[in-house]
Amino acid sequence: MSSAIPQRSAVVLMWRRLRRRPVVAGAAMVLVALVVLAAAAPYVAPYDPFILIPGGTLHPPSRQFLFGTDELGRDIASRVVYGTRISLQIGFVTVGISLLFGTIFGLLAGYYGGRIEGAIMALMDVLLAFPQILLALAILAMLGPSLTNAMIAVGISGVPVYARTARGVTLALRSMDYLDAARAQGAADLRILLRHVLPNMIPPIIVLATAGMGISLLVAAGLSYLGLGAQPPAPEWGAMLSEARAYLRNAWWMATFPGLAIMVVVLSLNLCGDWLRDFLDPRLRT
Amino acid sequence: MQAYLARRFVLLVPTVFGVTLAAFLMLHLTPGDPVAIMLGEFASKTDVTRLRRDLGLDQPLVMQYVRFVERAARGDLGTSIRSRRAVTAEISDRFPSTIGLTLAAMLLAISVGVPIGVIAATTKHVAVDSAAMAFALLGLSMPTFWSGLLLILFFSLKLGWLPITESEGIRALILPAVALAAPAAAVLARITRSSVLEVLRQEYIRTARSKGLVERLVIYRHAVRNALIPVLTIVGLQFGGLLAGAVIVESVFARPGLGRLAVSAILARDFPMVQGVVLVVAVMYVFVNLSVDLMYGFLDPRIRYQ
Repeated sequence: MSSAIPQRSAVVLMWRRLRRRPVVAGAAMVLVALVVLAAAAPYVAPYDPFILIPGGTLHPPSRQFLFGTDELGRDIASRVVYGTRISLQIGFVTVGISLLFGTIFGLLAGYYGGRIEGAIMALMDVLLAFPQILLALAILAMLGPSLTNAMIAVGISGVPVYARTARGVTLALRSMDYLDAARAQGAADLRILLRHVLPNMIPPIIVLATAGMGISLLVAAGLSYLGLGAQPPAPEWGAMLSEARAYLRNAWWMATFPGLAIMVVVLSLNLCGDWLRDFLDPRLRT
Repeated sequence: MQAYLARRFVLLVPTVFGVTLAAFLMLHLTPGDPVAIMLGEFASKTDVTRLRRDLGLDQPLVMQYVRFVERAARGDLGTSIRSRRAVTAEISDRFPSTIGLTLAAMLLAISVGVPIGVIAATTKHVAVDSAAMAFALLGLSMPTFWSGLLLILFFSLKLGWLPITESEGIRALILPAVALAAPAAAVLARITRSSVLEVLRQEYIRTARSKGLVERLVIYRHAVRNALIPVLTIVGLQFGGLLAGAVIVESVFARPGLGRLAVSAILARDFPMVQGVVLVVAVMYVFVNLSVDLMYGFLDPRIRYQ
């Protein structure tokens, strides 16, 4: 594990390295822009995302409607802008669930070992025996289709990956002298886990979470595309593409821009994830 | 080798147990009363009691599980609530379409992804490497349901080369296979590249070079062949991803496969059907990974004797 770098110099170092990788810097800016767009959606979007513009159905992209309008006469650009809110929510909720439970399970399994580890890892192995989309579908089948349930399903389906990583880090640390020292001083297990083990887990978990958010967004948008996640008229990008399918012949723009938005966000997450992995753990560099 | 085979098969037991248990418990972990959910709110009391008895829900849990596995082993996965047909019959109707799409995508992903990875790792031009990896990153970031729609827009509607509505035959398989294969090809290209780079650092490569072997033979006889062993594991893992990813691609191309069966079953809250599809796909995934592991042991003696 990399020794703890003082906080400020890490940021400076990151910034220096980023300047040499303009593509990654651009990707990071896209992610910042995504947050800004989500926050400022009412000011940025030219129209209300739900309002039906009279006489404005299936307009091709023009100066008035940048990305065109859909079959009901709603402005697609405005819907894509408002969609950033849903995507951001999906990204944070799904990764939050995977990360929280994954880290807890991994810490407990790695630290206590024995039966606790056996039980937790057996459960994780069963979950891993299902491909992620199938696992998400199975959980969604139990909970019933809705955006909230889709987020829960995608979040749970990501837990085993985080659990494995967290366990790996904990196992590597378990026999370290400084943990023995902490124990000898009479530190409680919880304190050791939180103060001495958890901080070491942050770099690999950040790397996982960045790339994992891209995957979660893809799976969640896919569930919405199938009609199992976000329901119309929500301006969710996957659901918008699903509506676009019936109008492929006459409205290419309906099928183009929401997908482009998904791809740009996921691509930015992947670029940043790859870069972070190289930055935080040079040994993994390929 | 036989000891290795035996060990692998023993390891299979807990996995299959876990997978069947998970599929079985789906019904019981559902919040609320699954029978009430399936029949809707206007169901009569007798219907509810009858369905509960038909599903065996009045039995103790352990008995239910034993019965579930016993029946599943005989190929009986229950009856669809919606169509009233046997789940196994519905699944076997749809199975060939999905497996065809998955295999086509797998072949495509291997035959595109692996060469791109090898080229990226061995090229002397940084630009070629960067272009290959940019291509891979793009493939990894495109949702399959979007690339599917774009493929239809361009190749079917604009150029008119390939059908959109047909679901039979090779021509109808091309676009969905391309859409499904793209992310898998991207993953394989990235793994292959780093695996080849890793092998090229090994001492036996230096030996091969210093004994005067031409570079082409060093790369293809020594580097690539060894580098492909870890790639094989990823191929196995990708297979499950493709099988499950087919759910989405089938919906884009209106192909009547397992995926569409699962989605309509989820929407109709047809639990036996969902359980059946989940179980069949998961068990297949387990066995594909097993056969990859076996091949792995066959190709790499170091694994076998561990």
